[in-house]
Amino acid sequence: MTTEAVFDPGTAAARATDAILHDTLHGSARGVVVDSPPGAGKSTLVVRAALELADAGRPLMVVAQTNAQVDDLVLRLAEKSPELPVGRLHSSDADAYDKALDDLPNVRKSAKAAELTGLPVVISTAAKWAHVKADEPWRHAIVDEAYQMRSDGLLAVAGLFERALFVGDPGQLDPFAIVGSEQWAGLSYDPSASAVTTLLAHNPDLPQHRLPVSWRLPASAAPLVSDAFYPYTPFRSGTDHGDRRLAFAVPSDGSGPDRVIDEAAESGWGLLELPARHTPRTDPEAVRAVATVVRRLLDRGGAATSERSPDPTPLTPDRIAVGTAHRDQAAAIRAALAELGVTDVTVDTANRLQGREYDVTVILHPLSGRPDATAFHLETGRLCVLASRHRHACIVVCRAGVGELLDDYPSTEPVQLGTVVKFPDGWEANHAVLAHLAEHRISHRP
Amino acid sequence: MSLIATLARLEAVTTGRAQPAATVRHRHLSERPLVFVPLTTAGEAGAPLGALVGTDRDTPRLLVVPQPRDRDLRFAFLAELADIVLPYIDSYADAVEAAERSETDPETGKRVKVEVELCADAPQLVVPSRAGVDFVRLLGRSMRFRRTAEQDPETPYPAPPRVPLLGRWLTHFGERARVPGSSLLLALTEVLGRHWATGQSSLEDQHLGALLAWIDPPEGSTGAEAALHAELARDDRDQLLCPPAGPATDPAFDNKLLAPAIERYDRARTALAAAEDGLQADDRLGELTAAEREIRELVRSRTLPTWQKVWKGIDLLRELPEGAHVEERWTRDRWSFTGHRDRVVAGEPPQPRRDDAVTAANKLATREREQARLEAQEALDDPLVMAGRRLAGEAFAGEVVDVVMAYSEGKRPSPRPLVTVRTEDRPHLGERAKVFRSLGGKPQAAEFVGQEDEGLLVLRIVDKMGRGKEPEVGSVPEKGDRVCFTLFEHEQRGGAKLPDPEETPWTHGGPPGEQVPEAADSVTEEDML
Repeated sequence: MTTEAVFDPGTAAARATDAILHDTLHGSARGVVVDSPPGAGKSTLVVRAALELADAGRPLMVVAQTNAQVDDLVLRLAEKSPELPVGRLHSSDADAYDKALDDLPNVRKSAKAAELTGLPVVISTAAKWAHVKADEPWRHAIVDEAYQMRSDGLLAVAGLFERALFVGDPGQLDPFAIVGSEQWAGLSYDPSASAVTTLLAHNPDLPQHRLPVSWRLPASAAPLVSDAFYPYTPFRSGTDHGDRRLAFAVPSDGSGPDRVIDEAAESGWGLLELPARHTPRTDPEAVRAVATVVRRLLDRGGAATSERSPDPTPLTPDRIAVGTAHRDQAAAIRAALAELGVTDVTVDTANRLQGREYDVTVILHPLSGRPDATAFHLETGRLCVLASRHRHACIVVCRAGVGELLDDYPSTEPVQLGTVVKFPDGWEANHAVLAHLAEHRISHRP
Repeated sequence: MSLIATLARLEAVTTGRAQPAATVRHRHLSERPLVFVPLTTAGEAGAPLGALVGTDRDTPRLLVVPQPRDRDLRFAFLAELADIVLPYIDSYADAVEAAERSETDPETGKRVKVEVELCADAPQLVVPSRAGVDFVRLLGRSMRFRRTAEQDPETPYPAPPRVPLLGRWLTHFGERARVPGSSLLLALTEVLGRHWATGQSSLEDQHLGALLAWIDPPEGSTGAEAALHAELARDDRDQLLCPPAGPATDPAFDNKLLAPAIERYDRARTALAAAEDGLQADDRLGELTAAEREIRELVRSRTLPTWQKVWKGIDLLRELPEGAHVEERWTRDRWSFTGHRDRVVAGEPPQPRRDDAVTAANKLATREREQARLEAQEALDDPLVMAGRRLAGEAFAGEVVDVVMAYSEGKRPSPRPLVTVRTEDRPHLGERAKVFRSLGGKPQAAEFVGQEDEGLLVLRIVDKMGRGKEPEVGSVPEKGDRVCFTLFEHEQRGGAKLPDPEETPWTHGGPPGEQVPEAADSVTEEDML
């Protein structure tokens, strides 16, 4: 019997978590890095590490990247350990934090770090922490979404802590700068690189771990996402084929959108392919196709069965998301959905969908209808985010001809000396995903 | 490329002329810019061939390196360049005005205002294209670490006295040019491309001749024809009628004219060195002078057309009125100039070859802030730029059709009037999105409340209405007013202060340590040719 045959996802994940917590609490290194594929329980890990550090009596600061992430972490901490006093450091803007925090008796909120001193855990965004001046550094920090943090962001806060646990997903979108930063490419501390890249360049001996199991992605999706986006750090799904089921009460009416829904329900993936054509970014036909698929998903009375509960849960608007590459595309789809009477479905860009989870996602392929493939559209992380938000099925809407487009536009980014070449490159990852989707293609002529 | 830019380019194709992309000038233009048209030697990075330089369009100074591989001749060129550029820079260094700056008091740690000098104006370098900016940077780098015999008597190839200083200044200009909206060093093709949309690609716009052909085509010709002519037309000696704006030269020029001329020069030099008596030497010196003059004429013939085009481009830009925020940005250029002047005077070492972690992060933060500021200011200064933002859903303009007074809840209710705007624009407004309008040059914020009907947007004004219960006169738009709101902020917040370089944290390699004087680039075999 090989180890593969007895692989138990729960045990593997627990073993990884134990090793991480051991290094964090008892190790001698100043930093611990944890790579986490999509839905591998990163937030759970962060909450557990925070509680154990607090239990051990070590003052802890937690650095997240957005206010939504901070609020989410505070809520999770309070849920796990309602007695633990937690500080939420926020900006002085109006609506600086989620009002749900006001109901938590042990969460103290302030715009001034001094009013939160002495609390076992203080949580804020990297941007807010950068303004904090501390006489005495925190003994420990947890940096969440560290791969989405820029190196200069870490530079601004690293003086606040002695040691830190860095957690993040290397496959998602890299941080970016709105001005050119080629001048510093190849420097170990390139301010536009990710915080982890800089950290490891200067501290190559830090212990590095990874979470081996995705609890979000179904068995139909984990192998593709792992092969296409994490070729050297594979992971697998925590559930098996047949553990999850998506069924619809209303049978298909034979239209393209209905057929692609059935294909996706059956296999986990569906490609609704429109005729090849160069279109503006807000391709009206593709936008309408996305909206129609969402409308039909809701109309057909979907029900999702999973390991979470024995009974099927209805597929409601809040369990569906639409993902795009550009904000104007998201706006166009929102408008098209509103016309069809759908209002509660999340429609957003890849950047904003990072870290979110849904039962079914409908995505407009970043290269659909484009005459060219720019570095932006080829970025691995963008496709990875869009293709890894779902628990049951992912439906891709795309114009035909993306394969040829990819062949016509190999990546042309200049090679920078001293930088680590990132694998896989967007070109290859796109081809891998396309090849897989081709097996689930439904041609559709609107 | 934005939608409006695409539309403008399409219109340029149909009409045969470049279309305005701006109604005002978004960059500062000095009264007395120093125009610099350099040429470089093919295949020899950083080996200048010659340049036209000067502040007077009628009397440019021609500098030529007859044998670009000769280190002494190259130094002579750089020394001559320094004699032109440095006095020009110095002429701006002494006229100062008093200004205030916040500094951290080293004793109390508090921010205090200190009185400092600010140069009343600053020098401005204009090069034909982006490649010219890179060349300025390259020259700067090749010079600033050199040592003069006075600084270091042991140095093997001492540089002429003012060359390292020129290197530091050119480095400063090159580095400042990376800041969005700055005008200390301008690449003319970039500035023209900002103000006009041509019917060719932005890559083709980097050809100064073709770009000007689109903007101002000769009588009876379309922009496309004129641009093609500028790019391809050659004379009977196979030479381009419109030579490239440099610093790279046309290979046909290199092969057919320049290489033979340099060969003649080399031969004349060898012959002169081998002269056996004074009479022979006199003859051969005459030949050498003639060979040198020939190269000078060649370089002049390739740079003069570009020189004239640069001034033509400056004329075109001068016709546009200056944008309202341009002066504010130029003031920051003046601060930058003053700062470097002070560093030079204080005897600080030349700019290091590589930024340390903190400097790099600070520069990136500054440039990102300036980029956001520039985008906002250009839109506020220019209705055509704002139209592009409106078309992109990032702003909207319309008429106020209703104003309803409302108040915030709380102990001291403040005015929170609801304003309904009718617009034909389609802004991407999210729930409770913040929007801003310019009120007497200051941004006033409002909150998107909802859409009443197609094209009817309800906004809640939230600030800039004074402290009283009733809003100050003129602070709330009235029915019938034309208003323009943006979804982007008008002003940029300053970022957090980064640690000092000597406190660089362990994640970024710790403090960089004492700065050691950097050596000039090491000598390679090619330097000895």
